[in-house]
Amino acid sequence: MPGAIHAEGLVKTFGDVRALDGVDLDVPEGTVLGLLGPNGAGKTTAVRCLTTLLRPDHGRAVVAGIDVLERPDAVRRSIGLSGQFAAVDEYLTGRENLRMVGQLYRMRAGAAKARADELLEQFHLADAADRIAKTYSGGMRRRLDLAAALVVSPPVMFMDEPTTGLDPRNRQELWGVIRGLVSGGTTLLLTTQYLEEADHLAHDIAVVDHGRVIAQGTSDQLKARTGGECVEVVVHERQHLRAASALLDRFGPRGPDRGGTRVEEHMRKITTPVSGGAKLLAEIIRELDVHGIEIDDIGLRRPTLDDVFLSLTGHAAQDGGTDGARAGTEGSGTGQGRRPRGKEAAR
Amino acid sequence: MSAVTDAARIAAPGNPLVQSIRDSLIVARRNLIRMARIPEVIIFGLVQPIMFVVLFSYVFGGSMNIGGTTDPQVYREFLMAGIFAQTVTFATAGAGAGIAEDMHKGLIDRFRSLPMARGAVLTGRTLADLVQTALTLLVLAVVALLVGWRTHTGAGEVLAAFGLLLLSGYAFTWIGAVIGLSVRTPEAATSGGLVWLFPVTFVSNAFVDTGQMTPWLRHIAEWNPFSATVQACRELFGNPGVSPSDAWPMRHPVGASLIWSVLIILVFRTLAVRKYRSAGS
Repeated sequence: MPGAIHAEGLVKTFGDVRALDGVDLDVPEGTVLGLLGPNGAGKTTAVRCLTTLLRPDHGRAVVAGIDVLERPDAVRRSIGLSGQFAAVDEYLTGRENLRMVGQLYRMRAGAAKARADELLEQFHLADAADRIAKTYSGGMRRRLDLAAALVVSPPVMFMDEPTTGLDPRNRQELWGVIRGLVSGGTTLLLTTQYLEEADHLAHDIAVVDHGRVIAQGTSDQLKARTGGECVEVVVHERQHLRAASALLDRFGPRGPDRGGTRVEEHMRKITTPVSGGAKLLAEIIRELDVHGIEIDDIGLRRPTLDDVFLSLTGHAAQDGGTDGARAGTEGSGTGQGRRPRGKEAAR
Repeated sequence: MSAVTDAARIAAPGNPLVQSIRDSLIVARRNLIRMARIPEVIIFGLVQPIMFVVLFSYVFGGSMNIGGTTDPQVYREFLMAGIFAQTVTFATAGAGAGIAEDMHKGLIDRFRSLPMARGAVLTGRTLADLVQTALTLLVLAVVALLVGWRTHTGAGEVLAAFGLLLLSGYAFTWIGAVIGLSVRTPEAATSGGLVWLFPVTFVSNAFVDTGQMTPWLRHIAEWNPFSATVQACRELFGNPGVSPSDAWPMRHPVGASLIWSVLIILVFRTLAVRKYRSAGS
């Protein structure tokens, strides 16, 4: 059974740039798919195709059981979209913004009013409800934008880089809101350049680069593709480095290409690739203790999605891709500013 | 947050025309609230026409020959229909800039992702601009009366003239909508909405007697849609300087003005809605 969001072979070209080069996606109902990729990878184009804003050249898409190309208006009744830039009217108050969106979703005036009040409360905007949105902070505007996308509690939500430009506190807060939303059963497709964000919020992650999905799976599955875990030990005394490293070596895997124990002297840190997880960690701590090596820190470090991205694409997630021309047209240059039209405006 | 209760809050999709009107009014209301909160836009919009009234009547009045006389009072009465008609066309720039700004800020994307009528965002904007145009005309008429402009016909004719002016202004805002959807920044929409209006409003009967133009220029001026509205207003106000030309729009200015306005609305509304549907692609 196809999921709440299902796409097959989506292709979209802008001039001679293939922004989408055959994208297949499937998001089961009630789950979160994180679309992860650098600027210019095609994430926003994919969201625009799925939310009826853009007609793909080829391929098909079904959202909430409705064909996007055949019945776009019915799709619009079942989705909420929170775009890359908080799309709220700066000169309307928070309350007026939400009421307007509610009415445009065809709610009756009274119902739209009640729903606006409910959302303002839920998104901690009740105190600012009657101030114009121009006076809001970036985080508040984001929350208002998200609230606007949730006016009819749509079964399927799309969020395009929801936390771009937010400070860490606001990001954490927004993550909380998104988690709450998903626990209520909403299906969510979210794009992000932040590996940490995909890791935190998404059940499944699709890594996108140059208009294609180059890898898909859970965060754990993707990490497993990159390799195993490492134990990191920081010893208290520099003179213990050698003994500790010899000890850790015994836990590391054999063979030349697994890489051996790495010692960073100035940080008194030793890193050894291991397999065996937490049980092994306990064993290492005991051994170090037996040998009288005092430690400041020890931890099991799993590969981050950064490592994953690097190993999959050959470039880091946030360096804007290797293909300069493509990154340019989709807006790694202009898209950083508050310019929605700069983003993928190549026509 | 159950889907059932929320679905129940939404009115069933009704008659598409009724929905379209309802959506347009919701958007118009939004734009009017904005205008009320940024009154400087309307105030600055008044400076230029008031300046034109004063400059033209005192600088040009006395040296312009209208119907065989250079009496400044005659020129003042002649001038006002031209200024009124020019002022309503300047609504083009406001509509264009507003729509370009909505694109720029991502609001058009939000609206396009909602299950609302396709033309409503643009209709709402042009309706709000119509209200602004009416306000501007009102203030301008008062200023005109202060500098000595008078009408010499009945209230019905005068109201009909203002009706024609509003319709003409409304038609021009649809040109503005197309411009706003075609450019990348609100600044470009403002200048793109104004630049071409200068030749359109000056190669006309608005400020001078077309009888004194070279024949080819006079021909253009007489068929200029803008001139029909000016001529119609002069006729309806009973103001001097009604061109005695044989050109059809000059002989039937009220009909010509109506036809031009309706034609502009039909063509540019169609273009604008088509552009809106594929905005950003």
